[in-house]
Amino acid sequence: MIFSEVTSAGAQFFQWVPLILAFPLAGLLINMFFGGRLPEKVIGIVGSSAVVLTFVVAVLQAISLVGHPEGAVVPLADWIHIGELHLRWAIQVDTLSVTMMLVVSGVGSLIHIYAIGYMHEDVRHNGDPGRYQRFFVFFNLFILAMMVLVSADNYLMLFVGWEGVGLCSYLLIGFWYDKGEGGIGNAMAAKKAFVTNRVGDFGFLLAAFTMFGAFRSFEFESVFRQAPEVAAIIPSAIMFITLFMLLGVTGKSAQLPLFVWLPDAMAGPTPVSALIHAATMVTAGVYLVARSYPLYSLVPEAQFWVTMVGALTALFSATIAVGQFDIKKVLAYSTISQLGFMVAAVGMGATVAGMFHLVTHAFFKALLFLSAGSVILGLEQGHHHVEHDPVLRKKAKNLHHFDPQDMRNMGGLRTRMPITFWVFTIGGLALAGIFPLAGFWSKDEILLEANHLYSWAYIILSIAAFFTAFYVGRQLLMVFFGEPRTEPAAHAKESPPVMTVPLMILAGLSALGGLLNLPGIHTFGHWLEHTLEAATHGEAAEVAAEVGAEAAQAGALGFDLGIAAISTALAVVALGLAWYLYDRRYKQMLDIPPAKRPDDPLRSILGPVFTGMERKWWVDELYWAVLLNPYIALSKFLAQVIDWRFWHDWFHDVVIAGGFKWITRLTAVRIDLGGIDAIANGLATVTQGLAQQMRRLQTGYVRNYALSVFVGVVIILGYLILR
Amino acid sequence: MLPVGYYIALSAILFTLGALGVLIRRNSIVIFMSIELMLNAGNLAFVAFARAYQSLSGQIFVFFIMAVAAAEVAVGLALIVAIFQTKRSIDVDQLNTMQG
Amino acid sequence: MNFLLYPLTMVTFFPLLGVLVLLFLKPEQKNAARWTALITSLITFGISIAVLAQFDRTNPDLQLVINLPWIQVAGWNIAFHMGVDGLSILLVLLTTFLTPISILSTWTAVEDRVKDFMLFFLLLEVGMVGVFVSLDLFLFYIFWEFTLVPMYFLIGIWGGPNRMYAAIKFFLYTMAGSILMLLAVLWLGIQGGTFSVPELVAQDNIPANLQTWLFLAFAAAFAIKVPMWPLHSWLPDAHVEAPTAGSVILAGVLLKMGTYGFLRFNLPLFPQAAVQLAPLMGVLAVIGIIYGAAVSYAQQDVKKLVAYSSVSHLGFVMLGLFALNPQGIQGGILQMINHGLSTGALFLIVGMIYERRHTRDMDAFGGLWKIMPVYGALTLIVTLSSMGLPGLNGFVGEFTILLGAWEAGQVGGPFGSYWYAGLAAIGVILAAVYMLYMFQKVFLGPVDKDENRSLKDLNWREIVTLAPLLVFIFWIGLYPRPFFELMAPSVDKLVQILQTAALAIR
Repeated sequence: MIFSEVTSAGAQFFQWVPLILAFPLAGLLINMFFGGRLPEKVIGIVGSSAVVLTFVVAVLQAISLVGHPEGAVVPLADWIHIGELHLRWAIQVDTLSVTMMLVVSGVGSLIHIYAIGYMHEDVRHNGDPGRYQRFFVFFNLFILAMMVLVSADNYLMLFVGWEGVGLCSYLLIGFWYDKGEGGIGNAMAAKKAFVTNRVGDFGFLLAAFTMFGAFRSFEFESVFRQAPEVAAIIPSAIMFITLFMLLGVTGKSAQLPLFVWLPDAMAGPTPVSALIHAATMVTAGVYLVARSYPLYSLVPEAQFWVTMVGALTALFSATIAVGQFDIKKVLAYSTISQLGFMVAAVGMGATVAGMFHLVTHAFFKALLFLSAGSVILGLEQGHHHVEHDPVLRKKAKNLHHFDPQDMRNMGGLRTRMPITFWVFTIGGLALAGIFPLAGFWSKDEILLEANHLYSWAYIILSIAAFFTAFYVGRQLLMVFFGEPRTEPAAHAKESPPVMTVPLMILAGLSALGGLLNLPGIHTFGHWLEHTLEAATHGEAAEVAAEVGAEAAQAGALGFDLGIAAISTALAVVALGLAWYLYDRRYKQMLDIPPAKRPDDPLRSILGPVFTGMERKWWVDELYWAVLLNPYIALSKFLAQVIDWRFWHDWFHDVVIAGGFKWITRLTAVRIDLGGIDAIANGLATVTQGLAQQMRRLQTGYVRNYALSVFVGVVIILGYLILR
Repeated sequence: MLPVGYYIALSAILFTLGALGVLIRRNSIVIFMSIELMLNAGNLAFVAFARAYQSLSGQIFVFFIMAVAAAEVAVGLALIVAIFQTKRSIDVDQLNTMQG
Repeated sequence: MNFLLYPLTMVTFFPLLGVLVLLFLKPEQKNAARWTALITSLITFGISIAVLAQFDRTNPDLQLVINLPWIQVAGWNIAFHMGVDGLSILLVLLTTFLTPISILSTWTAVEDRVKDFMLFFLLLEVGMVGVFVSLDLFLFYIFWEFTLVPMYFLIGIWGGPNRMYAAIKFFLYTMAGSILMLLAVLWLGIQGGTFSVPELVAQDNIPANLQTWLFLAFAAAFAIKVPMWPLHSWLPDAHVEAPTAGSVILAGVLLKMGTYGFLRFNLPLFPQAAVQLAPLMGVLAVIGIIYGAAVSYAQQDVKKLVAYSSVSHLGFVMLGLFALNPQGIQGGILQMINHGLSTGALFLIVGMIYERRHTRDMDAFGGLWKIMPVYGALTLIVTLSSMGLPGLNGFVGEFTILLGAWEAGQVGGPFGSYWYAGLAAIGVILAAVYMLYMFQKVFLGPVDKDENRSLKDLNWREIVTLAPLLVFIFWIGLYPRPFFELMAPSVDKLVQILQTAALAIR
């Protein structure tokens, strides 16, 4: 009853869309100004309900869109207006942006609720409960910035959100800014994330400038409408726009070559990793390419590069994930790899497949991170328990240096944390692409499109999928199976319901998310079609049709049993291999004395290759050697040698000031004393002599002076009279 | 009515007396009085001419001179007192510190 | 006396009333001196708001004009000529806005010869406002030189250990450039028969090759003041040695006098030379942006870091002005305001910590956010504004400037190459590098120095000092329209002049 009313009067909900910005803003302001006086529970509830309300508004938008699929643009205010440059704050409501709003606020709500419980423990474990408030302020700020990003109706407003989420990422990675390696490690990781993103943003800025040069506008509608004409006149402009934008994408979505910040970003609390660095923010790049589909579809070269970057990233980081021991780092590299899948998909024009994978990935990766957080918390509590139990304490070794994130310290958690185990398994299998979980459908769709459009990308992505399943299996086995390898792991405890309930909801979504876009029905494809077709209407559609007819008809491909069979077979083989290595071999390894025992069965098999995987193929070291150290050296050289010693001390103080002093000395001694002074002194001597004679006139007697005055008067009068 | 020449003669005599007083006397108060005498000689001449030529400007000049004289007396007497306080004398010949 | 009742003479000379009151105070009456200066500057700010209220934002011409004959000998036509338009009104407001804030910041920082300090400060305000409202070259020159004197004493008396060196260097360096400008001023005034800038602009009869020389003579004075690379060497000395309030005014207003000079004199008076020399100025600006950013990163002293960052930021302003299009120039003017707000706030922030710890060495700090949460949060906002985070003021300025520079990079534009904007955009990356480095060194990490453990967070007076700046940081970032509207007509008029000149050259 209510529902039918809503859909019929649906369009008016578009006017409510500013609330998606207002709610997070209100939440963050309340917590910022009054949070200090509120109890923790209230802070958490305020922060979470702000996001839940945002989600409600997003759902209302979706309902409106069912009736009015063309969407709407809701202007808020003028922003910058100079000459031809018109920029405004305006919200675009269409199926693409609302999809993102739903994902961000939906997953965001669950993670906010989870964080109420997680942060309660985390702030105590890290010894500063005061930061609970700050966490929710930053978290709401993130939702606000993300909403600005996805709701923008022009590229510049999108950029505001784009850098805004970067700021939140900075703040939250550095949330425990006094912790980490040497006390400063987390802060360094935060800075690394921001600066790397700035490199990407540099690309975004250049894309924006080129865009303004070509289109005289930043608005999606206007840009996409003109795109075919512009492409006909100056094709290079669109080429540059799309390639510069790709640089921005590689920064934000952690693709080659700018992916290096994301693994370090795991320094943030686990809800941050789940929400920002897995489910939402990092997918902004994918969203950008999807949104700019009308531009990319005009330049196949750019599409080629995007696909290439995505596919190579997918494979490259999947190999690194295999060599990691930190439970969150594995997931971080997995995220990069999955983002590579999405970027490759949207790059090749399979926008629906890319966005579909974005949505399912948000479910299962958020789930994986949150359950990893639950594992970490369980281990921390086990650690706490062991530390305060004198008997266990003696048994355990290295308690002070215990790392609750190292998978080598885990094992056997299956029985100790059953809920976490089950949800993690669902998430992991979804990630590996096992039928019928969400990941299977979305990944399969990408592979299908890839096979159709770029067969080399299909091969690369399939290998990446194989590695994916392998590291998922490795992680599951190392964490949950076998026997506990440390005392804390043996005493780990299940997390409280405030954390496990969101996990179970996410597990449900990860299991059933595939229903969104089942082959043959394509609900999601038809949903997005409204936006994609509207953006490429008229001539654009024709041009796009030439470029890739199938790609334009997004998501129209059916289901290919062969491809599904191959990918499933790869995943199963990889899982089996993982089981062989990490179950069978692990147990055999126990016979080797601990001193000689390798920490990973793969290490003994692969040797240096495994070290390469573990050390991230030395990319960080490469950047230090090629970029950072030279820049630091250059700036030190410029500052200390060029600017200070040469320019300030030598040129100004020695040459100019010293030279001036030299000239003054020269003039003072030679010219002044020797020349001018001599003349002046001569004059003075003569005057003195004269004065000696004249002084006799001065008697000092008043009457003498009066007489002389009188005589003078008489003489003058006499002269005047006798004249 | 007396012709103007008489007044002028009297004025000249008074002026000469004053001038001689300034030149000859050493007591500074007397010198001062002599100066007053000269000023008033001038006044007399002005008044006489003003009357002879039926012009008011001469009389106005007299007022100015009287005002100046009054001011001069005030300053001058103050100076003399100050000099007396330091030198314990009002003899102008004692004041020869300006001798070159 | 009637001329004192014009709005512009009021806003210029009102601080003199405060100076008069200060003269009657005894040196011991420190608080009375502070309050006198604060109230005077606040009233001056009020008057400037009244000026804004009378200002017609749709009118591109000079407004509220006073034009009285002043010195007229031997064919010289010097007038007491003042007025504001879209190019200057914001800078007048910035000056009157920053002065009370700076005075408030000295409340406890200056204890020595308070009366004299306040006296010089108010005199400085007279000079600065005078520079921005003068329309007669001669009058402008007088105010321009006049600002040197109070600043010299502010640095020389209340400065750091090496203050005399810095003060003399500041004075001589700026003076040296001004001499060339004086020659050009005299030449223009005698040749044109008037010293009035609008009349000279209207005459528009200076031959092109002569324009170049006059342009360079004016540029010598202004480029030193800005300071443009490589004439920036006085800046770190002056900033490091100056007292906090002096640094705020120095960065906030005095540097803007240089960029304003380019805008008010070089561009409209010598438009052909401006078009011809735009690539040169652009190159210097881009070098300044990158060089300033790189050198900032290697500094140990926070104040020096901020000082060098000014070189980088002012490079952006110059790049925008010499893009010679509406986006660039409006962005440039807005960036002047932004830099005044952000860098002013940064200097205040440095001053606050210096007052507590008596050092500015970054190694002496670490983890301050934990001890001084309010201070940390406010600093973060200002830092982000300074590095151009979208949503805050710095971005609006930098983006419009870069867009203008990019447009100027078209074939046939003033720059003629996209490299200008492209390289300058690298400055945006580098700004994040040095600003976040500073923030990390001072505020993040563990608290490992015992001296820092007992530091007190900001008190109410300090928060009140910073709060108005933060309001504008957000306002300009989110809704800069009123600010752009104020300047748009005047800038369009200026761009017209420049475009005519560009056509004349070809």
